[in-house]
Amino acid sequence: MSARRKTSDDVAAQPWAGPVRRYDIVKEFVIALVVMSVLATILAAAFSSPDEKALTFQGWGATAADNLYATTVGELAGSTESAGYGPPYNDAGEGIAVGPLKPQKWMGVRIPVDPANDFVITPLKSQEQPAAVATALQAWEAATPEQRQAWAAALDEAIQATADADGALHPDQVAAGDYGPVPDLATGLVAMATSGALDGAMLSRGGFYSSDATQQILFLGDGSYLDDAATAQNLQGNTWGMMNGVNSYPGQPWLWWASLWYQIPTFNPAEDATTTTSLQDNADAWIFYIIGVISLLILFLPFIPGLRSIPRWIPVYRLIWRTYYRRHGNSHLV
Amino acid sequence: MAITEKVGTPGGWPPTPDDADGRMWTNRLRTRIVGTFPPEKLLPDRQPAYVASWIYVFGVATIAAFILLVVSGLVLSAEGPAWYHKSTAGHFVNSVHFWSVQLFMLSMVVHIWGKFWMAAWRGNRAMTWITGVVAFFASIGTAFTGYLVQSNFESQWISFEAKDGLNAIGVGAWFNVANVGQMLLLHVCLLPVVVGVIVVWHVLLVRKHGVVPPLPLKADRPREATDGTGVSSRPDEAVQTRGMAS
Repeated sequence: MSARRKTSDDVAAQPWAGPVRRYDIVKEFVIALVVMSVLATILAAAFSSPDEKALTFQGWGATAADNLYATTVGELAGSTESAGYGPPYNDAGEGIAVGPLKPQKWMGVRIPVDPANDFVITPLKSQEQPAAVATALQAWEAATPEQRQAWAAALDEAIQATADADGALHPDQVAAGDYGPVPDLATGLVAMATSGALDGAMLSRGGFYSSDATQQILFLGDGSYLDDAATAQNLQGNTWGMMNGVNSYPGQPWLWWASLWYQIPTFNPAEDATTTTSLQDNADAWIFYIIGVISLLILFLPFIPGLRSIPRWIPVYRLIWRTYYRRHGNSHLV
Repeated sequence: MAITEKVGTPGGWPPTPDDADGRMWTNRLRTRIVGTFPPEKLLPDRQPAYVASWIYVFGVATIAAFILLVVSGLVLSAEGPAWYHKSTAGHFVNSVHFWSVQLFMLSMVVHIWGKFWMAAWRGNRAMTWITGVVAFFASIGTAFTGYLVQSNFESQWISFEAKDGLNAIGVGAWFNVANVGQMLLLHVCLLPVVVGVIVVWHVLLVRKHGVVPPLPLKADRPREATDGTGVSSRPDEAVQTRGMAS
């Protein structure tokens, strides 16, 4: 018997030569499968699962027509989030960056989206329109880009000026001005949405099959309809939205270590903040890089001095192996 | 070599490296596999005495939940993505799938924490840890795409929110969370296979290296040691003189 005391790493690297016990792993697996099946079935039967119906443009038009009208004008004016997004949808901006790291810009426009045409003009042209809308479409198409921009921006600005104390917009109260065909185009799109026709037009885009909802998602997100619904369900990112599901169902709680960063003021400005920092403006990039670094730390933890020693410093292992220690102490190191 | 050449009786087992049978690729691979994973290592009926804690069940619980996920997912796939919105049976299967995800991720997270506190990467087990963590990340991706393809309000909101972070690091240009077709195919075809392959790899590494032994107690007070007799005082424990093949 060697007098030298082995380290736990010595022992761990060698085939186990100490005491053993019967262990029926096949039985363990079958029991685990039965228990998990019973648990999942009971949970499914007792609590069902979330399936809140998808929002529609018809619903948007019916319940928040003013917001849809204002958003439509914003798409024509190029003032919405989608219109100014940048890559991968358009070249209206460079996207967000961290210092010289600009992968959003580097990847380029791979999923082209032209909000004015894709969300407004093309759907309007996809079906026969009332005379006023048809005339407005002709006027829009005959105008120069500068003229279109002047009309739409003027109406957009006038609508923003109607905001009340709660931030709600009132397009029916806009000041008189030269808005060209834009009011009729927006009215036409709202009518199309309310009738349900816009959902079909956005889905098919002149084709038959569709499996890509990028344009619908971007258009919905430009208004307040989707955002308000998410707030009502407590799904906003700054309220641990990733971890929450609709109607109090669990979401993805295993993402707490990613969601955490969206909760701190360093990255998340206060609701009433009038200015934002660079960290806040580029929070998505910063947070995703932080998530990447954390992921690498977890992945390569066995090789990182300090981190890999935490289990020795905080002896949770005494609890895990308490039965073994009680019977055998450190005999496996002797 | 032509397979009709020198067809004779099969050689003895194991074939020696010097004879013709021993040089066959097939035999070499078989020798390697059987040598690395002899049946008693692949399906052992003994475990070291320290494998005696509830924390050890969460690994197998994770695999059990994964099987439930695959089975319920296959039923959902067979019926199509709109089925569970319209059918009571479909909604129930979706509910089983939903809760299986929660159980799967819960079991996996507890399993990972347990292995962290055991410092389970000791003794050449770093790759076991790494494959486990990769399985965790692949599972996050699989669950995430599952949330995206529900074709309901939640998937609308998650795709709208998630796009910004993914676009910010350039991933969104290739992994478009609002492209339901792309997400659906990744969710049902690629990602479960990735998780499955990594989990199998992970389990084989566990079988190969065995369960990591305990960290040393600071106070080294061996009790009830086997005192060289080879027999533990516990009726269900005995020293295996050749040691666990782990």
